[in-house]
Amino acid sequence: MPSAPTKLYADDVSLLVVLLDTNPFFWSTSSLPFSKFLSHVLSFLNSILLLNQINQIVVIATGCNSCDYIYDSSLSTNPGIENGKLPALCSELLKKLEDFVTRDEQLNKQHSLPPTTTSSSLLSGSLSMALCYIQRVFRSGPLHPHPRILCVQGSSDGPEQYVAIMNSIFSAQRSMVPIDSCYIGSNNSAFLQQASYITGGVYQKPQQLDGLFQYLSTVFATDLHSRAFLQLPKSVGVDFRASCFCHKKTIDMGYICSVCLSIFCKHHKKCSTCGSVFGQAQSDVASASNLKRKTPET
Amino acid sequence: MNNGNGRRLNGETEEDDDDEGSEGDLDAWERTYADERSWESLQEDESGLLRPVDNTTLYHAQYRRRIRSLSSQATTARIQKGLIRYLYIVVDLSRAAAEMDYRPSRMAVVAKHVEAFIREFFDQNPLSQLGLVTIKDGIAHCLTDLGGSPESHVKALMGKLECSGESSLQNALDLVHGYLNQIPSYGHREVLILYSALSTCDPGDILETIQKCKKSKMRCSVIGLSAEIFICKHLCQETGGSYSVAMDESHFKELILEHAPPPPAIAEFAIANLIKMGFPQRAAESSIAICSCHKEAKVGGGYTCPRCKARVCELPTECRICGLTLISSPHLARSYHHLFPIVPFDEVSPSVLNDPHNRLPRSCFGCQQSFPNPGNKPSLRVACPKCKQHFCLDCDIYIHESLHNCPGCESFRHSKSPIATEE
Repeated sequence: MPSAPTKLYADDVSLLVVLLDTNPFFWSTSSLPFSKFLSHVLSFLNSILLLNQINQIVVIATGCNSCDYIYDSSLSTNPGIENGKLPALCSELLKKLEDFVTRDEQLNKQHSLPPTTTSSSLLSGSLSMALCYIQRVFRSGPLHPHPRILCVQGSSDGPEQYVAIMNSIFSAQRSMVPIDSCYIGSNNSAFLQQASYITGGVYQKPQQLDGLFQYLSTVFATDLHSRAFLQLPKSVGVDFRASCFCHKKTIDMGYICSVCLSIFCKHHKKCSTCGSVFGQAQSDVASASNLKRKTPET
Repeated sequence: MNNGNGRRLNGETEEDDDDEGSEGDLDAWERTYADERSWESLQEDESGLLRPVDNTTLYHAQYRRRIRSLSSQATTARIQKGLIRYLYIVVDLSRAAAEMDYRPSRMAVVAKHVEAFIREFFDQNPLSQLGLVTIKDGIAHCLTDLGGSPESHVKALMGKLECSGESSLQNALDLVHGYLNQIPSYGHREVLILYSALSTCDPGDILETIQKCKKSKMRCSVIGLSAEIFICKHLCQETGGSYSVAMDESHFKELILEHAPPPPAIAEFAIANLIKMGFPQRAAESSIAICSCHKEAKVGGGYTCPRCKARVCELPTECRICGLTLISSPHLARSYHHLFPIVPFDEVSPSVLNDPHNRLPRSCFGCQQSFPNPGNKPSLRVACPKCKQHFCLDCDIYIHESLHNCPGCESFRHSKSPIATEE
């Protein structure tokens, strides 16, 4: 496992991996139309590339049935490079994004997702792919840009992805990759708040979505070195409380099974996840300090 | 280490630092030509250019064997792991720790790797506690009590690195046994002994002590730095721990880091219990309170115990006022990957690669690195058995050692693997 990257490049060279949420369920109900959103994001990406000649951008789309790489600025197949002009990322990116969204919708039809399920996008998948790409950059030698991840997300959190997202967050923390979040949905996203807090990134929920480009370029375009002396939005009220497994309500004091770490709000006789019977010695030797002896339930 | 001419005799001037190996008369620069032959680690590739020998496939093959053996144990034993661990590390600071076969001395190497181990231990087992014991002059001293903060342990260890006297295994085991008897019954009791000496000088019958430890369900493991000793092997066999002897510094590092992930739990050893824990909220930025750990007034940025409302500075910790264990949900989440491990990936066989009917992905699904054209070489790609995506060898190692998620399975909603309910 590589440790902290060596800083041999100039301090402000960055690799930005952008995870764009393309979940059609969210975009159909959003106040900001998807096309306007894309124009904000494209201007932002162009501005990142203008900040430094060797900055890199990778765009990964987070759909509701699949995730895929959309754009990588370091690939030399980009058109326009031989004229000496800045490569126009618009056309290629938009085309690939359109193909991706079409494929994603096809998958929707194939599996006939019932429309009433709360649809979340596959954030865990795109985070995992982003982290694999960043590991590849770390392996590429001593000279590499400083990577960070920016999640532009609007869909709500999918509780089934909790374990996978937490694994990705801890892996990002170990590799020292900050995860910034720009949340454009309605309520705050607890997962993204935790991600940004744990990895040292910035979480922001822009108040006015038609000024999205301003938020992106003032807060999220800052490179890691400059963050030491810039005032960025501070994290306020990250909720680290857990939810109990039985009722899914947030608790601030609970009981943890010592075998499988499931959280319960009330004292139970038996763990519903791993089946261990509590307080019962599993061998012949009596335990000294137990509270009560229960006969095992059938 | 001298293996060629002459044993090391005490008191004689030794020139072994310069003349290791059997050729006592070659200088170091000559040895690089005679012994090490650096040109042999180069190879010509198809176009006649030189490049270093491809060690990645060998390394990867070793890595895969290790993962296979670990996962086969886990699946047959129904993956029960001891997640709440109370571990004592016993560092041998007897005369033998000053030996210089590890540079600069055994003691310094052990201290450096114990520091790395402590950080890794708390990273992988956030609910566990660690304590340090040293053996010096035949007596065992408790350096730090069982606690959950890595900094205090590391500071205590680095502050007191001197060695002298004999080593006594029985005294260390007695001391640790006394402390570990006081821990709650749901915790797994473990001892890790880093033993440099070749003997032990005990006041009584060590076999009795070993039986005592076995009865208290303490799992004792030993990592030896000198040679295999019968009593250590007996101790480990009786208590169910693992015994290994390090050959050099990097091997020692590997051996000690193997103890960081939770070991497979022997079901009778710890009693399943419901532990009451608190999930404190972060205090508002401008609140002023006296913190219970430093006993001074602090502004903002701490956590409030939900039971007694005392302020604590960091998590995980035990509230000093009411004794409630305080953690946050990410700490629990750090251990979930031990409970829901991902399956090892399968190698893609060259026959599949060479079959022209198969439409193979050209690049790794995770990092988009393009695969070299398949030839007769051993395959450089692996596939996830559930989602069937192809990954390169480096992504395979990263996914299994650090990320614990398969990007392919996570990126496709309908290729699902069962994940238990959480949150």
